[in-house]
This record gives sequence, C-alpha cells and structure tokens, in this order.
Amino acid sequence: MASLRDIRGRINATKKTRKITKAMEMVSAAKLNRSQEQAQSYQAYTDKLRSVVAHIAKSNRASLRHPMLVTRPVKKTGYFVITTDRGLAGAYDTNVLKAVQQMIDERHRSKDEYKIIVIGRKGLSYFNKRSMPVVSQVTGLSDQPTFDDVKKLTRLAVGLYEREEIDELYLVYNHFVNPIVQQVKSVKLLPLADIGEQEDSGPATYYEYEPSPEEVLETLLPLYAEGLIYGALIDAKTAEHAARMTAMKNATDNATELIDKLTLSYNRARQAAITQEITEIVAGANAIQ
Amino acid sequence: MSTILTTIVTPNGKVFEGHVQMVSVRAKSGDMGVLPNHMPLVAPLEISAVKLKTEEKDEYVAVSGGFIEVRRDSITILTESAERQEDIDVARAERAKEEAEARLAELGEGSPEYEAAKNDLKRAENRLRVASLK
Repeated sequence: MASLRDIRGRINATKKTRKITKAMEMVSAAKLNRSQEQAQSYQAYTDKLRSVVAHIAKSNRASLRHPMLVTRPVKKTGYFVITTDRGLAGAYDTNVLKAVQQMIDERHRSKDEYKIIVIGRKGLSYFNKRSMPVVSQVTGLSDQPTFDDVKKLTRLAVGLYEREEIDELYLVYNHFVNPIVQQVKSVKLLPLADIGEQEDSGPATYYEYEPSPEEVLETLLPLYAEGLIYGALIDAKTAEHAARMTAMKNATDNATELIDKLTLSYNRARQAAITQEITEIVAGANAIQ
Repeated sequence: MSTILTTIVTPNGKVFEGHVQMVSVRAKSGDMGVLPNHMPLVAPLEISAVKLKTEEKDEYVAVSGGFIEVRRDSITILTESAERQEDIDVARAERAKEEAEARLAELGEGSPEYEAAKNDLKRAENRLRVASLK
C-alpha cells in the first residue's frame, strides 16, 4: 500500500491539474459565447447575400454562363480543411482529418488529383507528414477571426477555381450543433450549382441591375463564395471552443473523481496507521504489567 | 422629408442602421444618389465613400467594394468591410498605405499580387480620404 505521503502528494497534484482544466473550461465557455454572437452577426450578412444571389440566379437562369455556376468535368479537386492550432479539444481534429483522408482515399488514386488548403497547425502537420499537396495554409488564427484575417485565403481558394487549377472545391470542418455535439461536415462549395433552387420566396420584386445582371453576378459570386468560407470558419471556431469546453469539463470531472478515490484511500491508510499505533501501545502496556 | 431604412452590413456585423433621407454611393457604373421610393436596384460599388444624409447630419462610411441593394422599403449595402468616419484608425490606414506602396514598388505589373496590393492601397487611401471629409 502506498504511504500516506505518496497519496497526499498525488491528491495535491491532481487538485492542481483540476484547477487548470477548470480554468480552461471557463475560458472556452467565454470564447464559445463570443463566437456564437459573432456567428449571429455574420448570419445577417450571409442571409442577405444569399437572397440577392439566389434571386439573380433564379430570374436569369437560362442566360447565365458564369464560370462559378457551371459544372465542368472534374480533373482536380480542392479541399479546404479547417482544424485547430492547439490540442486539448477531444477528438475534434481527428474527426475532421479522418473524414478528409477517407474522402481522398475513395476518390483519388494519385496526389496530382487534389490540392489541400488548410487552416490550423494540427491539420498542416498531418498533411505534411504524409507529404500531401498543401497549396496554402494559415496557422495562429485568433479565436475570433475577423473577415480580414482570412480574406487572403478565401480569395486564393476562389482564385484557384477561377483559374481552373481546381474544378471543384469542398469545405471540410466541424459544424457546431450544440455545445456538446459537433459534426463533421463536408460541403461542396464550388461550383455553386444548386443556388437559387432551394430558395422559394415567391414572386420577389423585380430588380434593375446596374449595369447588367452578368456584371453584378461577376462581383457578387466571389463575394458570396468567400463569405461562405468565412461562415464555415466561424462555425468551426465555435465548434472548437465547444469541443474544448466539453473536453476540459470531462477532465475536471475525472480529476474530481480521482481525488475522491485518493482521499478515501488516504483516510483508510491513515486509519490503518492509527489502529496499528494503538495496537502497539496497548501491546507494550500489556507487556509491562 | 420622407426617409428610408438603410443598413450597412459586413461579415463582422452591422455598421450602420437608421432612417436616412438620401444615400449617395459610387457604383461601378457611376455616382448614384438614392432617395426614398427609388425603384428596386442592385449595383456593385467601388472602393469609395458612402454618404448617408440623415435629419441631423451627413454621415460618411468608407466601404471596400460590395454592392447596394435598393428595395421599396429598405436599402442594404453589403460589403466586406465598412468603417464609419469616426471609427477610422488613421494611423493604421497610414501604415497600410505605406505597406501597400512598398509592395507595389517591389512587385512586377500584371501578377495577381500586384492587383491585390493595388486594391489594398486603394482601400487605405479611401479610408484616409473619408477620415478627412467634413
């Protein structure tokens, strides 16, 4: 049986760990709150953008030949993968990377058939280790990224598609369902084939396009695609904070449980030591009589 | 005088929301003043200043492109970034301008980076211009 000193040491160590995990849990909870607010203010933007884009696309379906709306034969696929910079977020990164790996294994035979754009150190090191083709990456993103932080990357992703270096673009990230559940989501971002089909807001107002519908779309579609990527990033960040919060909560709970168990055995050991001492004293006293 | 509800929305939230008498924008096709009861319209914008005329005063907002959507009952300006005149960080804009100029001097014309740097320069200059407007 471990000595009293050893057990006390372990209890103290575990208590300190618990303090840290508890603090991290609360930090993540605060960040989660902020992310959710951010997601809300972003929602207003994207809803608006979507409704305008869908409206133009719907009313001019036949005449529109914008490259971002047209499906072309796929020779090369782009994957936009969002992971974290730091660990301690449970299976967050593992889930995303597993999903990407699976998609790639199923669809591609050689490394020339796809390109990867990655956010986050975890994903980057994963792909580098397997020497998969990463064309661009961003690490060290803040917890509440602004649109400016990712503009370069979104522009690059959309640019790759426009220059026909990739023929379709998938977004793979963790979607925030609720603080306990995150879900890996892979969305086909480009081409924007299904736009305007799910929206059915009835006969909307007739707009005048200045100078022409084609030229309006020309500016709108890249904005829209970049907006969608940013939206996914906020979603992923929210999910990250949620995942970290849950992971840290579990760690705190486990530490509490461990401390309870150790305290029990500490008390038992102490009781045993006392009992033994009394036995010895009584035996000694008896021997003198 | 009649007014119309106008909002300027960016991915980081609403920058302006209020009833205005007139909105002046610089669209790709030219300058445009929108009064209430304008016909529905969608037009892409230049990197420029948007002037919002309210009952109390004229307000200026620096926008980096985007577009304006005019409806019967509301006007919405959607853009990647927008700053009200009083929120513009002049020191930061100066820095951005210098950086963009330095990059332009380095890069050869015609490369995609050149265009991006040119846009950055335009945005910084636009901010500075809006900040100095009265």
